[in-house]
Amino acid sequence: MQASRREFLTKAAQGAAVAACGGLIWAQLLRQEAAASVLALRPPGALAERDFAATCIKCGQCVQACPYDTLRLARAEDDAPIGTPHFVPRDIPCYMCSDIPCQVACPTGALSPELKNIAKARMGLAVIDTESCLSWQGLRCEVCYRVCPVKGEAITIENRSRVVSKHALFVPHVHSQACTGCGMCEDACPTEKAAIRVLNPALVQGRIGSHYRLGWLSDTPITQDFKPPEAPPAVGPAVTEPSAPKTAPGMDVLNQGIDP
Amino acid sequence: MSAIPLSTRRAARLYTPPATLAGKLHDAGYLILRRITQVGVLLLFFGTLHWGWQVMGQPVLRGNLSASELLGVIPLADPFAVLQQLASGHALQATVLLGAAILLVFYALAGRVFCSWVCPMNMVTDLAGWLRGKFDLNNLFRLQRGTRYWVMGMALVLSALMGVAAFEWVSPISMLHREIIFGVGMGLSAALGIFIFDLLILKHGWCGHLCPLGAFYGLLGNAALLRVRFDDSSCTHCGECVRVCPEPQVLNFKKAAESGMVTAGACTNCARCVPICPEDSLDFALRWDAHPSPGASQPRTPNSTVRNTP
Ligand code: SF4
Ligand code: SF4
Ligand code: SF4
Ligand code: SF4
Repeated sequence: MQASRREFLTKAAQGAAVAACGGLIWAQLLRQEAAASVLALRPPGALAERDFAATCIKCGQCVQACPYDTLRLARAEDDAPIGTPHFVPRDIPCYMCSDIPCQVACPTGALSPELKNIAKARMGLAVIDTESCLSWQGLRCEVCYRVCPVKGEAITIENRSRVVSKHALFVPHVHSQACTGCGMCEDACPTEKAAIRVLNPALVQGRIGSHYRLGWLSDTPITQDFKPPEAPPAVGPAVTEPSAPKTAPGMDVLNQGIDP
Repeated sequence: MSAIPLSTRRAARLYTPPATLAGKLHDAGYLILRRITQVGVLLLFFGTLHWGWQVMGQPVLRGNLSASELLGVIPLADPFAVLQQLASGHALQATVLLGAAILLVFYALAGRVFCSWVCPMNMVTDLAGWLRGKFDLNNLFRLQRGTRYWVMGMALVLSALMGVAAFEWVSPISMLHREIIFGVGMGLSAALGIFIFDLLILKHGWCGHLCPLGAFYGLLGNAALLRVRFDDSSCTHCGECVRVCPEPQVLNFKKAAESGMVTAGACTNCARCVPICPEDSLDFALRWDAHPSPGASQPRTPNSTVRNTP
């Protein structure tokens, strides 16, 4: 009786140990397999990487729906976790179909149906390597600007004057509030290795932080939080206050938006 | 109701393979059909993706075994994968839920037919099982067949803990069909791993002991309408069916006689047992066409030693 009881308990403990070991190995395997990839560029409307990894069932229907063969299920050697849809702009960029067939084909919602307008897609953010961009060297390339489907908003060409004896540069600038990350610029860039590349915004975007106040941009005066102590009730003859200047000295330059 | 006296039960005789080609083909009929559906499903996916197969302007079968769309309208999805995704705490779109529901109902009616009629891994494990029979290899260790239900439970628990579909992400089955259809890699190594495991380490090791997807369909299969019917009055307990069954524990003569059919959900409806039975005591039938045999309540001992290989 006692012996069989002990045997049962030992068996149970062994079973639990095997389950625990198996579970740990499995969890470790999962951590490797399903590790969110910062390098992967996802189809338009893709959820944030962690949610995408959990929601995408890896069926490849988006891949099949894409008329340009842009999307691929990641292979073992790719930057994205195996089996998940991604694209490599320098091979084939996303041509931003207005009917977003990849997203329509997605059965799970990993490509969110909330994306109605392809121009609102944020697959990535184009980043320029000014050291290899031809325009930044002084040539009139501007290819990225011309191929950009949201040109004038996602990429603008800015005039950049130099010293007197040199002609001005006409350089591309990317604006994150309009760039969809489609990668047409990266695909078209004529340099040997693309000087403009689409990357996961999380990889390249900084954040100013709320403790910096760009006073010249805000509508309220920079002193908005400063309240002078209540003046004690006046005793004796009333004194007329000297009128204080509206802005601090030296602020004018900033307020007028003049870059010194 | 009167019991069938033991003395009237005919003496057991074993299966003799037919001499003619027609007879051989007849006996291999279900096997051939299963290979046709297994390869056919993959071919439909492959043809739709690579050769643009269409019917009435609609892609025939888009996607893969995880989720797909049939003829441009009917969504289908692997219910166990979807269950894991839900366990991971993520809301899913109605399309995939509907697709999972459709297959859930289908497999609840048809039994564990996914395993023997659809799953590409079945061809791998069948080959390993067949070779094992040729070489008469020993198991390296023993494992309870119930282990798979624990693996299945753990898949759901880990999905909840890790926030991603735990089995789907490491599933050798998904790797294999994704490899075959989309060519993403790793699938062949996954299949090779399972093959070696089944061949050299444990008989029916993967499908019969570990696969959580098979376990899931096995649980569903308990409700199945499509059954292997058992005729107790002609059965001689020769045990040929048990010898060829990949899930031999489901062929329990006593239980089968009581209900007139194989009731266990783990039965994959592969029909290996049907043509091999020398007495034609087994065939496919719907649940309500199977009737308990008159002598079922009477306990009996088998005539011959049943080679039950767990
Ligand atoms: S929007 Fe069009 S081109 Fe871009 S990934 Fe989707 S289907 Fe392909
Ligand atoms: S269609 Fe949706 S679920 Fe299927 S692979 Fe593409 S993103 Fe994933
Ligand atoms: S990725 Fe390039 S081409 Fe596409 S929107 Fe952004 S800047 Fe324009
Ligand atoms: S047990 Fe698993 S691997 Fe085997 S046939 Fe069934 S689903 Fe496929």
